[in-house]
Amino acid sequence: MNILYFLVGCSVVMALIFLGAFIWSLKSGQHDDVVTPAMRMLFDEEEVES
Amino acid sequence: MEQQKIWSANLCYHCGEGISGIDLVIADKHFCCAGCKGVYQILSANNMCAYYAYNEAPGKRNETNTHFEYLEEPNIVKQLVSYQDKNNCIITFYIPAIHCSSCIWLLEHLYKINAAIYSSRIDFLKREVTISFKHQEISLKQVVEILTQIGYEPAINLQDVVKENSNTIHKSLILKIGVAGFCMGNVMLFSFPEYFGLSNLEPQFKALFGWLNLTFSIPVVLYCGKDYFLSAFASLKHKHINLDTPLALIIAVLFLRTAFAVVFNSGVGFADTLTGLVFLLLMGKWVQQRTYHHISFDRDYRSYFPIAITTLQNRQEKQKAINELAIGDRLWIRNGELVPADSILMRGDAWLDMSFVTGETEPQQKVLGEIIYAGGKQMGEGIEIEVVKNASQSYLTGLWNKENYTSNFKQNFNDSVAKYFSIAVFVIAFGALAYWFFNNDSTKAWAAFTAVIIVACPCVLALSTPFTLSAILSVFDKKGFYVKNTDAVEELAHCNSIVFDKTGTLTTTENARISFTGTLTDEEKKLLVSLLNHSSHPLSRQILNNLSYGKFYPISNYKEIPGKGIRGLINNQMVYAGNQSVLPFEIKPDQVSGVHIVINSTYKGTFMVSQQWRSNLPWLIAALGKQFSLKVLSGDTNKDEKALQSLFPTLTTLKFEQSPQQKLAAILQQQQNGEKVMMLGDGLNDAGALKQSDFGIAITDNINNFTPGCDAILKGTSMGLLPNFHQLSKDGLKIIKISFAIAIAYNCVGLYYAVQGTLYPLVAAVLMPLSTITIISFTTIATRFFARKNNLR
Repeated sequence: MNILYFLVGCSVVMALIFLGAFIWSLKSGQHDDVVTPAMRMLFDEEEVES
Repeated sequence: MEQQKIWSANLCYHCGEGISGIDLVIADKHFCCAGCKGVYQILSANNMCAYYAYNEAPGKRNETNTHFEYLEEPNIVKQLVSYQDKNNCIITFYIPAIHCSSCIWLLEHLYKINAAIYSSRIDFLKREVTISFKHQEISLKQVVEILTQIGYEPAINLQDVVKENSNTIHKSLILKIGVAGFCMGNVMLFSFPEYFGLSNLEPQFKALFGWLNLTFSIPVVLYCGKDYFLSAFASLKHKHINLDTPLALIIAVLFLRTAFAVVFNSGVGFADTLTGLVFLLLMGKWVQQRTYHHISFDRDYRSYFPIAITTLQNRQEKQKAINELAIGDRLWIRNGELVPADSILMRGDAWLDMSFVTGETEPQQKVLGEIIYAGGKQMGEGIEIEVVKNASQSYLTGLWNKENYTSNFKQNFNDSVAKYFSIAVFVIAFGALAYWFFNNDSTKAWAAFTAVIIVACPCVLALSTPFTLSAILSVFDKKGFYVKNTDAVEELAHCNSIVFDKTGTLTTTENARISFTGTLTDEEKKLLVSLLNHSSHPLSRQILNNLSYGKFYPISNYKEIPGKGIRGLINNQMVYAGNQSVLPFEIKPDQVSGVHIVINSTYKGTFMVSQQWRSNLPWLIAALGKQFSLKVLSGDTNKDEKALQSLFPTLTTLKFEQSPQQKLAAILQQQQNGEKVMMLGDGLNDAGALKQSDFGIAITDNINNFTPGCDAILKGTSMGLLPNFHQLSKDGLKIIKISFAIAIAYNCVGLYYAVQGTLYPLVAAVLMPLSTITIISFTTIATRFFARKNNLR
């Protein structure tokens, strides 16, 4: 059962990574505007000007 | 395809308005005016016609001639930009015209028009665009001019200079929720073995999980729960107990008990309850703080004022920021510009629209040397004025500076209950403590003491209010009633008297009724529409729509005299339309206001534009009259007194020619008589009264228009629902009280175990989420029920 120590450690480290990712996404402003990106992605690709 | 053709034939390709008058055609596309055509030409020249592909007629007609010279002043630019270095400059504009996906496309492709604008990002809900440009290659003024040319004029006003940072507060709350949720999830995971009794097999894991749980609790208490401790200390300092006081105590007790249990290996502690509690509390806070980012409730006079004004220095025009204006400065006010500070008229013909200040609809003429109050809008040629008071000390802005607002301390239901709640909890907790000490069982005494405090958690109380009130907010929101925050809903429920403003509140600015004194032959109609068609003045457009005559003559010698009227030579006949001063001769003195028509030196009649009462107003007044005492405070003259008397119940106070200060004083008077006053107003002249009232509602026909600071914004079309809104807010308070009773019932079950000292962590961990779920589902269902009952769904 000692393997549990390792597994618990792994799970905590992974959870911390996810928390870090969340904090990063929040700080970098990814949640500031959740409406415009949804509309922006519907625009067509730019036509290549000849 | 057929439909498409009909569309393009009758409606403007750019703005979608009906084409009345000259039809401008380029490349099979029809335009209603030179402005719309101009925008199309710019876009097609820059290969940006995709703008028209995403939505039909996405443009908005704009007829502005704002001057942007002030954007060349480094001092003003410095206040506006959010970032600037040697090459780059970043600025955020509020653009009211943003309304569809085409707008996003166009404004994010500004680099096609000018490559120096290398990035532009839109925030659609806030109607903001953040533009980054190389200021060596293009000046800020040019950027704004490009925006204006394509129909997206940014609204730059004095309040922009003061940047608000409410967003950062919101962000830190989300961060706290994230951390609390993370800790709660992990603690739950490590508590499972305990729930299932596995730790008896592996005692060394029990200690490990205990220590892990304790570690995860530390950030929850010290970081996420910090605000509760700060708030509790602050309220104790003021010798008064708010809801955060018992909450802080519970968090502290839970943490200390967990720490003791883990350190002395005497159990598992309450880490799961603790983290879950903090997480839920923060969620409740978040629901409560959820506001409308795209609507501003805190506007004051600064939003109405421009950021800079033209001053005259030695006959040279110079742009100066409003807050740098000094007494003695000479200002040059053009047609349509606002007087920013109390001044004396020095030169020119001043016709001032004082509706911002007094609510009066007719423009006033001022003579040389007369004082002009800030907030007046010049309707006519440019005038020269001399400042006699600083902008921040003028008559109008004094409404905000004066500390004449009695701070109506708003104590909500929660805080008033919290005191009794805390006392009851302490009595029971100390009772249990004393009882077990009496029985010489000190361990049980402490266990019972702490357990009572844990179980009697007012968490439900802290959650039911935000959940109920925010559910009500979203019901209101769908019906066009935007309330500032959840506390304001409680204020609404308590109101017992209503004060109305007249212009713009009881009357509507749209759908003005146009009546004509006199008669026009078909030929004269044709002459008149040919003249009016050239003017972009709102009155001309309204009369043009009213006449609905589709044939036109060519026109020559057209002249528009701003603020006065228009004239032109049509079919060799001189046609005049406007007020007295544009006409070639004096007409009957009884016809003062309105648009007078003179064709070939004969007076033909006058178009009277009268404001119309809002629809179903009699019904609304009757419904409100049953529950509230009503009152009308109007800044306008008493010309509508008769009509109002028939609308309102007899003995209703109707006051006219009220200054903003008098309105404010009247509200204050009512409040001193113990009334809870709801104020309905629309303009800056009501701003003081709106702020002072217990619940100020700003009525608007267009939600994107500027509204004065208030507690709620109501769409004019939803005004008929006001009694229903009020009833729902009252029902909301009822829901909160019922959920409080439910919470008490749960607490009694918990207390039964707690006083005996046999509250197992598992019971606490189940009881708390169970009661929370009950309350949240109860409030949601009950709110839906009451919303349906009040016809708001």
